[in-house]
Amino acid sequence: MQPSELQAEQFSGYPPEAKRVVLAHLEALRELPLIFIPSLLREVIDYDFKFPAERSAIDGELALLSNSSQAQRHDRFQAFERLSISENLEQSDWINQPAQFTERLSAYLWSTHQLDAFRAAATEYGARLQSEMPSDPLPTRRLGIAVIGQGVTSFDGRLFKNLREHGTYFNQIKPERGLDLLLEGVAARSKAYPVPYGHWYVEGGQQSSHSSLLTCISYKSLEPTREALLRNVRTEIEKPGMGPEELRTHLARLTPSDLGMNPGGNPVLDRFQLKVLTEGSGTQIFSTTFAQWTAREVLRRAQALTLLVRFAPRQRQRPMNELLSSSQGDSEVDPLGSLIDADMASYYHWINQQRLTGYDRSAFLVWFEGHNEALVVAPNLPRGTTSNSAFDLGQLLLLATS
Amino acid sequence: MNRRSFRDDLAFGWPRLDAPTAKEIASRLSQSRREFLRTTAGLALGAGLGRSSPFLRGEAIRKKRKTIVVTFGGGARDQETFAPEGQENIPHLINELAPQSSFFTHVTNQGILGHYVATASLTTGVYETLNNFAAVPPEHPTVFEYFRKDLRRPASDTWVVAPSNGFNRIGESDSRAYGPGTGAAVILPKHLLSATASGATEDLDHLLRDNYETPFYTPQIGGGEFELQQLVSILRLSVADFMAHARTLSSPDELSVYIAKRLMQQEAPSLLWITMHDIDVAHSGAFSLYVEGIRRTDRLCAELWKTVQSEPEYAGNTTMFILPDFGRDSDFEPGGNGFQHHRTGDAASRTTWMMALGAGVRPGVVFDDPLQSVDLVPTLGAMLGFTPAESKGRPIKEFM
Repeated sequence: MQPSELQAEQFSGYPPEAKRVVLAHLEALRELPLIFIPSLLREVIDYDFKFPAERSAIDGELALLSNSSQAQRHDRFQAFERLSISENLEQSDWINQPAQFTERLSAYLWSTHQLDAFRAAATEYGARLQSEMPSDPLPTRRLGIAVIGQGVTSFDGRLFKNLREHGTYFNQIKPERGLDLLLEGVAARSKAYPVPYGHWYVEGGQQSSHSSLLTCISYKSLEPTREALLRNVRTEIEKPGMGPEELRTHLARLTPSDLGMNPGGNPVLDRFQLKVLTEGSGTQIFSTTFAQWTAREVLRRAQALTLLVRFAPRQRQRPMNELLSSSQGDSEVDPLGSLIDADMASYYHWINQQRLTGYDRSAFLVWFEGHNEALVVAPNLPRGTTSNSAFDLGQLLLLATS
Repeated sequence: MNRRSFRDDLAFGWPRLDAPTAKEIASRLSQSRREFLRTTAGLALGAGLGRSSPFLRGEAIRKKRKTIVVTFGGGARDQETFAPEGQENIPHLINELAPQSSFFTHVTNQGILGHYVATASLTTGVYETLNNFAAVPPEHPTVFEYFRKDLRRPASDTWVVAPSNGFNRIGESDSRAYGPGTGAAVILPKHLLSATASGATEDLDHLLRDNYETPFYTPQIGGGEFELQQLVSILRLSVADFMAHARTLSSPDELSVYIAKRLMQQEAPSLLWITMHDIDVAHSGAFSLYVEGIRRTDRLCAELWKTVQSEPEYAGNTTMFILPDFGRDSDFEPGGNGFQHHRTGDAASRTTWMMALGAGVRPGVVFDDPLQSVDLVPTLGAMLGFTPAESKGRPIKEFM
């Protein structure tokens, strides 16, 4: 089916808000190329479970498309229209299963050597979209905090290697009450600048006491969900005809209730957590990967104003086969390996934060938990330097955000 | 393989940065490797050298020549290897092997970036489009089939040692002119271990992981695989000894190298292909494990080269090629997650390197000319004297 044939009743299976959004822009959707439209519908179909920042982005994009002239639309999509897609894809149910379509399209583009051209078209489209969509000024500078190295008594290596050229390295930090001071600082920001899903605390282990104004996700609290997911996967892979692609499709269809998540919970947050576990590679197994990927997704999707991520020791590497079949409880942990994982993850945290609006005013702080090493990247601090100042974490946070 | 929506890229555009083009990035990677090798390992630039072939010619010599190809299924990026900050991870490649090698700084893979399909492409010299996650043979004839048919070599003269069940069909193609029975036997050491240790694998499970890209799924194998009883008949290795040795190893690649050495001692194949895979643990997202995999692979490459020097059948007449099948995503590619995957098709994930060392290779030289990964098979054909008729690559001129 072609987009030009779209009818309102074909969206009867969409959740209420998603349906409302589609119907408000149906005319514009009919004008879009088939190779493009399922990836837009993939976002829209989950509208009811999106964060405010995502809803705003979808609304803005659809409004822009609706208000475009035919010539503008042609100009915007001509690179997509030069690409071919298969008849099978054309005939698939891309209205109700846009995610499956885009997965199959991706495989098709690889196999027909069109991926690079598609990527170029998408990049151009995205850059143009960003330049045309107005962004509201932030109420305060964005802040990222990474707390790494929990459980490591000593480390001889050089931390923050990738970040040093961008910020100031502190080697006389007073570690006492460090995490508490950071959480208090984050809580104060959430109170001063109340933004729905704007202030986050991602914990790679057991969450510490924190303000209820923060949106919190922890690896420990998701343990029952992770175990349910692994049981679900084990059951699926034993079914005849199951392969990697089929398994991925199955995972994409899972809902929070399939994994026994709290029925009275927050549907937006539950969906988010489910996607972290089903879409993130390694998030089910390693707490460091869970924390890194969650941070990435919090920034990409919720565009958090404040994000504190605390890494905890992950389990020692064991084979995934063993992990999948094991019903044993906590396994041996690898604090040193986890510190190295988290050091790299903090660099990715900063990179992902720099991709968001207000990047030139944003601040980032990473601290080796329990130790006197930290680094701050902020517009008011020099780059590539070392400071011997003996700050505590509260003072350092103030320095980063003032 | 990429299985994500391009909208993941859109949300993370880099409109504020002056992004270099893919060509510029690939060129920078190449230059970075060249400069590092020149300054650290003391290699010379190949462009200034004469073009006469370093290879000895003559049918008698060809018959004795041995070729070993080592590929990494799971590329390692420059910043963890050849860039200054990565050199601590590859001391053997840098200090021992590079000075003996011709080093090609700019190898591009324009195909599908999945490990099985990319390795299959390396063996056929054609960018294959098969399903990366299915146990299917390559569509085009493999180097093993060309080698055996054109040079009339027996099955025992070429072998593949591969990491996982998904690779069991890589030894021979679907081609009508070649196909079943005309290629290389494939040994899957982990499969052997699994069969050997059936029912008693608790302390060996860490060696049995099939595939880091799809860790929850292990494809069934069928047809063409090396059977357990051949351990004794071909490798002259009892099941008990095999198990005992396996218990001393820490990774699947160590097991692969052990099997490869055993093959060299017992069968002395003229064309031996080994694919390593430990580095691909990067898909789990744990950076420390990825770096550990690089260090292990570095050590195993040197160990294999030492074996070449110590085995009478191989010493002095062996050419060894080492190359990753492709790279990994850049830290700055919005659609990826840095080192973890190779999903974006960006320049860092498509651009890699190749090292050639041993018989006939001009040592200590760096070549910058861009190559394609499909150029390997026609190069082997030109060196060994067979004609890879369906290959789309071109012989590397530095070997001509």
